[in-house]
Amino acid sequence: MGRFHRHDDGHQHHHDHDHDHEHDHDHLPDHPHPDHEHGDHSGYATGTERVVVLERIFEENDQTAAANRRDFDDAGVTAVNLMSSPGAGKTTLLRETLRLLQGRLAVGIVEGDIETSIDADRLDGFGAAISLINTANGFGGECHLDAPMVRSALSRLPLAELDLLIVENVGNLVCPAEFDVGSHANAMVYSVTEGEEKPLKYPVMFRSADLVVVNKIDLIPHLDYDLDLFYANLKKVHPGVAIIEASARTGLGIDRWCDWLCELHRERHAEKAIG
Amino acid sequence: MHELSICSSMLGIVRDNAAGRKVRAVHVRIGEMRQIVPDTLTYCWSLVTEQSELEGVELLVERIPAKIRCTGCGHEQLLNELAFICGTCSSSAVDLIEGDEFLITSLDLAGV
Repeated sequence: MGRFHRHDDGHQHHHDHDHDHEHDHDHLPDHPHPDHEHGDHSGYATGTERVVVLERIFEENDQTAAANRRDFDDAGVTAVNLMSSPGAGKTTLLRETLRLLQGRLAVGIVEGDIETSIDADRLDGFGAAISLINTANGFGGECHLDAPMVRSALSRLPLAELDLLIVENVGNLVCPAEFDVGSHANAMVYSVTEGEEKPLKYPVMFRSADLVVVNKIDLIPHLDYDLDLFYANLKKVHPGVAIIEASARTGLGIDRWCDWLCELHRERHAEKAIG
Repeated sequence: MHELSICSSMLGIVRDNAAGRKVRAVHVRIGEMRQIVPDTLTYCWSLVTEQSELEGVELLVERIPAKIRCTGCGHEQLLNELAFICGTCSSSAVDLIEGDEFLITSLDLAGV
């Protein structure tokens, strides 16, 4: 499993670092260091020389993500990365989304799954352009999508004709949050059948989302579920995150989710018009 | 998570920056919020460097604790329990200022 980053094709890494979310530790003197670290920067008495690298390990992915974002911007497309655990309801939500957005926005889907075209097939028939990535097919069976994988899927989509692109990521609460795919926003589907403590267990995922869709809300009468406790846990980990309560099955909240998508697209177009 | 493929990426970065010179150690900085297990990383590093010119090169992990800063009162604190709330003014308008790092900071090369 895993994809290899090769440097033998002669490509260069730029060392003018523009850290969006990295912090330059040379300016912060007060964090703890293990004993074997940051000893003597000058005393190479043992005959060693320290070469500063400062290269982010996900730099290659992030450069591809930036290229994806540029392509989206050039085509006037708003891209959303949709993540969740397996079975939370991403595909059902998307099917209802496509139904409701018909005539409002031209939608494309990048469908990510380790195996099968089941989700892509379920989304067929609503006029959306769909590009399927099976990560087991040429990507080593990865448990998440990354920027190069999404980029490979873009060539199969008529970007110029689309308004909105939704990347349906592989069902996984851990890894997808680590990989920028080039989207403008991240949305997460959480379902009430998953337990109130999930934000505490998966803080990186819940923090990576700009919006959490709380799905299967219609099932609450059949569960021992404390929605207030979930919201308290979510607030601890990602205070102020946008939330929409929904049931993809009954249709509850789908209109608000579609409004959120449309508003995101409207905002980006306004930005584009000004810029 | 993905420590093996990450080590493969790191191999390339190290080779690129070593430019043929002999490497003694690789310094990597990992923030607490990254879903990477340092012990697993160092183990996978030994696997990917085995029988290469980098065999035996030490991977030295600097772990950065998660730290938040309140956008209201400016108070900074370590994130001891998982709660993004200012310990001084109880505001939840806080930024994560440290803990998200994941980079190779430097290499120790053998002196000439």
